[in-house]
Amino acid sequence: MLKYTEEHEWLKLDGDIATVGITRHATELLGDIVFVQLPEIGAKLAKGDGAAVVESVKAASDVFAPLAGEVVELNRAIVEDPAIVNADPQGAGWFFKLRLDDPKAMDGLMDEAAYKKLTG
Amino acid sequence: MDQPNLKTTPLHALHQELEARMVPFAGYEMPAQYPLGVLKEHLHTRAAAGLFDVSHMGQIVLRAKSGDVQEASQALERLVPVDVVDLAPGRLRYAFFTNAQGGIVDDLMVANCGDYLLLVVNAACKETDEAHLRAQLGNECDIERLDRALIALQGPQAETALALLAPQCVSMRFMDIRTLTVMGAECIVARSGYTGEDGFEISTPADIACEIAEELLADACVAPIGLGARDSLRLEAGLCLYGSDIDETTTPVEAGLSWAIQKARRRGGAREGGFPGTETILGQLEHGAARHRAGLRPDGRAPVRAGAQLFAAEGASGQIGTVTSGGFGPSLNAPIAMGYLPSALAVLGTTIFAELRGKRLPVAIMAFPFIVPKYKRG
Repeated sequence: MLKYTEEHEWLKLDGDIATVGITRHATELLGDIVFVQLPEIGAKLAKGDGAAVVESVKAASDVFAPLAGEVVELNRAIVEDPAIVNADPQGAGWFFKLRLDDPKAMDGLMDEAAYKKLTG
Repeated sequence: MDQPNLKTTPLHALHQELEARMVPFAGYEMPAQYPLGVLKEHLHTRAAAGLFDVSHMGQIVLRAKSGDVQEASQALERLVPVDVVDLAPGRLRYAFFTNAQGGIVDDLMVANCGDYLLLVVNAACKETDEAHLRAQLGNECDIERLDRALIALQGPQAETALALLAPQCVSMRFMDIRTLTVMGAECIVARSGYTGEDGFEISTPADIACEIAEELLADACVAPIGLGARDSLRLEAGLCLYGSDIDETTTPVEAGLSWAIQKARRRGGAREGGFPGTETILGQLEHGAARHRAGLRPDGRAPVRAGAQLFAAEGASGQIGTVTSGGFGPSLNAPIAMGYLPSALAVLGTTIFAELRGKRLPVAIMAFPFIVPKYKRG
């Protein structure tokens, strides 16, 4: 299932592993991304912790851990070529994967319809 | 945009048609970027030609009451440490208003248009600059703010694109200024810019500005460029942004702008001094300034932005300077910045450290400009 946060992150759950990225709306707000800093593998994040940093031409922006979990995989391709995030933010532009402490907590996040309503 | 008090330029409707993302800037609603985006707009300008609306800037005519432009030049020299008297008709140069401490009140371009001087000043300062001119030069000069548009066309294809409308632009050299007829309108065209590329700055009557811009944009190699790319272009060119890299607390010598102070205004020159801050500036020209603006190239890809603190060593506790402008240079594919450092430490090739997100990042000191300028000289 695909869920969204108010900070413009998306999560896609597969078992107890959630792939996390930022939404197309976020990339449009940010503009061209020139730098990505990912968390460390093994980092244990609480919900709302700063997980990654994104720098666009204009400004820096934080990507937060949408739910509590352990970082198990990183998408190093976007560190090498940040433009991938702008090109395909909800596919090839994924940031990291989290083993969620509580996969059921996904239920509390926005679905696509709610996110579309938020971003108008 | 929901800010009813913002002014608009004559090209405002065109920006909306082109789906620009508009932002407030110096009291105007201006295009920050178009759908192409900042990165591609920047690269397009260096590869082909970019069209910029800079109509928010102030265009001020300084005309001697006697009608003799030399009098206007002599008068203006009371306000700037620059040789205006020897600026030939049809030429322009960079200048700055200084204050009693030798600080920079605004930077500007001054052109000799034969009968009068044309000054182009920063948008944020144009009201105070005009008041300054009136207060100081109002006895011998008439000061008139022009209600015209200003379009910059910059890049290796700028000449080809403008030549379709104004063939005589081809014979202009860097820093020439001429009155040319463009689409039937009298335009003042300077071969100058703020990008490090060859290009032109075109002053047009307000009512034909959109038509001229659209005609230029009809050329496949010309794209509209917003303020975001304007900033990254000038940063790569090592050019100062007033209010960020230069202000009333920075002298031209500290800012690395001594090259703009011609011999005639220096100690021993034909018209030595006579501008605000003479003692400080001439003293610094002779003995050096305590600090100096330096080009900075952070390691890696993370931009280091204005306000970031600079240190001499990774573990050093004493801050040695602050970044005044910083961002990402698309043509260099690397972050670049500028800031003031103690002169003894502002040595090319040395490494200092910037604090970024709680960590110290190595930063190399580099010469300006970061890119190779392509002005059409001689």
